[in-house]
Amino acid sequence: MKCNFIIYRFDPAVDKASRYQEYAVDADPTDKILDCLNKIRWEQDPTLAYRFSCAHGICGSDALVINSRVELACQMLVRDFKTGNNFVIEPLPFFNVIKDLVVDLKPFFDKHRSVRPYLISDQKPPQKERLQDSKTQEFFEPALRCILCASCTSSCPITRTNPDYAGPAALLRAFRYIFDSRDTATDDRLEKIDSEDGVWGCKSMWWCTDVCPKGIPITKCLGQIKRVLKKNKAAK
Amino acid sequence: MEHQFDAIIIGAGLAGLRAAIEIGENASVAVLSKVFATRSHSGAAQGGIGAALANEEEDSWEWHMFDTVKGSDYLGDQDAIETMAKDAPRTIFELEHLGVPFNRTSEGKIAQRAFGGHTSGFGKAPVKRACFAADRTGRVILDTLWEQCLQRNTKFYDEFQVLSLMVEDGRCCGVVAYELATGELHTFYSKAVLLATGGAGKIFKTTSNAFASTGDGMALAYRAGAQLEDMEFVQFHPTGIYKLGILISEAARGEGGILLNKDGERFMERYAPVIKDLAPRDMVSRCILEEIRAGKGIDGKDYVHLDLTHLGEDVINNKLAEITGFARTYAGVDATKEPIPVQPTCHYMMGGIASDVDGRVTVDSGDTPFEGLFAAGECACVSVHGANRLGCNSLLDTLVFGRRSGMEINRYVQTVDFQKPAADFEKGAADKISSLMAANGKEKVGDIMAGMQEIMMENVSVFRTESPVTAALEKIRELKERYEQIALQDKGHCFNRDLLDALELGYMLDLAEVIALGALHRKESRGAHFREDFPDRDDAKFLVHTLVRHTNKGPQISEKPVTITRFQPKERKY
Repeated sequence: MKCNFIIYRFDPAVDKASRYQEYAVDADPTDKILDCLNKIRWEQDPTLAYRFSCAHGICGSDALVINSRVELACQMLVRDFKTGNNFVIEPLPFFNVIKDLVVDLKPFFDKHRSVRPYLISDQKPPQKERLQDSKTQEFFEPALRCILCASCTSSCPITRTNPDYAGPAALLRAFRYIFDSRDTATDDRLEKIDSEDGVWGCKSMWWCTDVCPKGIPITKCLGQIKRVLKKNKAAK
Repeated sequence: MEHQFDAIIIGAGLAGLRAAIEIGENASVAVLSKVFATRSHSGAAQGGIGAALANEEEDSWEWHMFDTVKGSDYLGDQDAIETMAKDAPRTIFELEHLGVPFNRTSEGKIAQRAFGGHTSGFGKAPVKRACFAADRTGRVILDTLWEQCLQRNTKFYDEFQVLSLMVEDGRCCGVVAYELATGELHTFYSKAVLLATGGAGKIFKTTSNAFASTGDGMALAYRAGAQLEDMEFVQFHPTGIYKLGILISEAARGEGGILLNKDGERFMERYAPVIKDLAPRDMVSRCILEEIRAGKGIDGKDYVHLDLTHLGEDVINNKLAEITGFARTYAGVDATKEPIPVQPTCHYMMGGIASDVDGRVTVDSGDTPFEGLFAAGECACVSVHGANRLGCNSLLDTLVFGRRSGMEINRYVQTVDFQKPAADFEKGAADKISSLMAANGKEKVGDIMAGMQEIMMENVSVFRTESPVTAALEKIRELKERYEQIALQDKGHCFNRDLLDALELGYMLDLAEVIALGALHRKESRGAHFREDFPDRDDAKFLVHTLVRHTNKGPQISEKPVTITRFQPKERKY
């Protein structure tokens, strides 16, 4: 069937401002939006730039704004939309556009780095594995589904108003390590995000949870961090 | 722009990152990757990583070694397999210490589950050997290693495409790379280059592989004079989602899922009476296609059913969550209630750059090293997988040999000085790009790519016969000629995907030719290479590795012996 794609274009070398370009694509209802972009690139316009790799929602390359909502282009099929086969494709908000649908994710990864996203332990590991209660692992397990696609952080209204806010993805990574029983930097981790630029920046607006392509209950995970902080303060 | 590091790693998947951690302890290192590190295809590995921890039931590294040898249809080098199987438990504990969040047993140990071809007692019964984190094992290991690199301030050059290896007087002294965001060329001088670029599944039409899996490292090494080994052995994973090729992990069968034909028959019981649905991938893929040929595909079509409905929602939602999501999103199937339609999908290259257990690329049938050049992971052929890789041995391979390569590179860079080549490699690369940009031929990259993928899928996949493979080889050579006439439409310097597509296609065409050549040369059936006109294994003639070298006269084939230590070749039954 015929689909109409209206795509955001911007090439810094030639365009003074962004523009929209229209393409007609012959697509099946089961085609992914990424398949349609590939068809445009291979059959009509090889100059169109966007990121992609695994094409099944694991690598996290192709988060885009599709019909005003942040989605993974490889995880949404043509039939998933009730918009009369019309599609408007735009780059992720919040980040600077490098070209067309490609954005500069450096700020996103800088935020990620700021929460020290690695296990910190002051204990010497044993010969074999450290033991961990399966319940503990299950508690932070939802955070392991994160593919760093930046959908949540770019959709978050707070990120857009406070550029220093760590954002949902980075705080979700903090959650993963705070609740990992093997990590011994818990207090220090909590202290570092006990601020408006940290976890209190989150006003529980649920946009992150709503757009997460992996179905992670991000707002709830951040809520768990707030709960511990409140409990610790009450105990003092 | 010029840079200098003791070691350069190409590829930021598990092998590359593990090596980076090792090298970073002692020497300066940088990782170049054409995709951002966490987008690497290692992240798509689902089911697990094998190690005889014996956390769930009795196990030993000897059994793991035997299973790997038998799984390889006796083509794997047994000294290398022994190295890997012995080092597996240490590797898992190391990952755990780095923070990998494995699933746990009720005692808090690392949980394990069954996987295809992994047995106890030298083939007596399936054994739980795969350590896992739900069905996103590769992803969590990739994230953990990448974050370890962040902690260590490892230097990354993300979205850099390598154009050539700088090889002079038989020594690799660095690489020339293209920065995707700016179109700028960069020359990296180094004492050692480690290729860790993964597989090349995109050569085939139906594949579980990422768009980035285009065999760049294999082709770069081949063009630079290294040998490609056993390239005819291409693994087709039995359970890709019908028409799409998206992987449904073997863990689905490890947890108890079964394959059914249109009569609802569990047909693997006929082919592998002992381990049934947990037979190795080459066998199960052939069995599925045999069923389809016998008219037993679902609705007479070319797929069968993978049934998980009896596993219960708890197992499906907790241990197989990702793949259940894939079935829902892409096939519109609720795996807790209905079976998933599946068919074989191109998954893994057993072959690769001929190299040894320390990552040294070799230049002859002996062990003469290619100075300054190393390889690890899927792009290398050590060979631990021989003619058929067992599930959950690939993650293990990347980590064991990524680390060993790193250790060897650390030793190597202490013994040599930097060597600046006399030739201007950057200019060579610049000229190549300008000529691609200026060309106004008639051919389109997309057309040639589709032609290659179709002919390879049709003629050189699970079942192979002399004349169709010969036809494919001719077609690939014709496509290579057409490739010389391509014209790029994007002449820009910022995120020029058109250029990248063209470069990747060039790499894949070289490899497709080598795969077809190897498939013609090997007139026997072994592991994933099945010749219908030579249906038996022929140890007298072909218990050897195939080597292909690029020369001015075209690819030249030679052979080298297989290392056999503990297990003499036997008939392979399951």
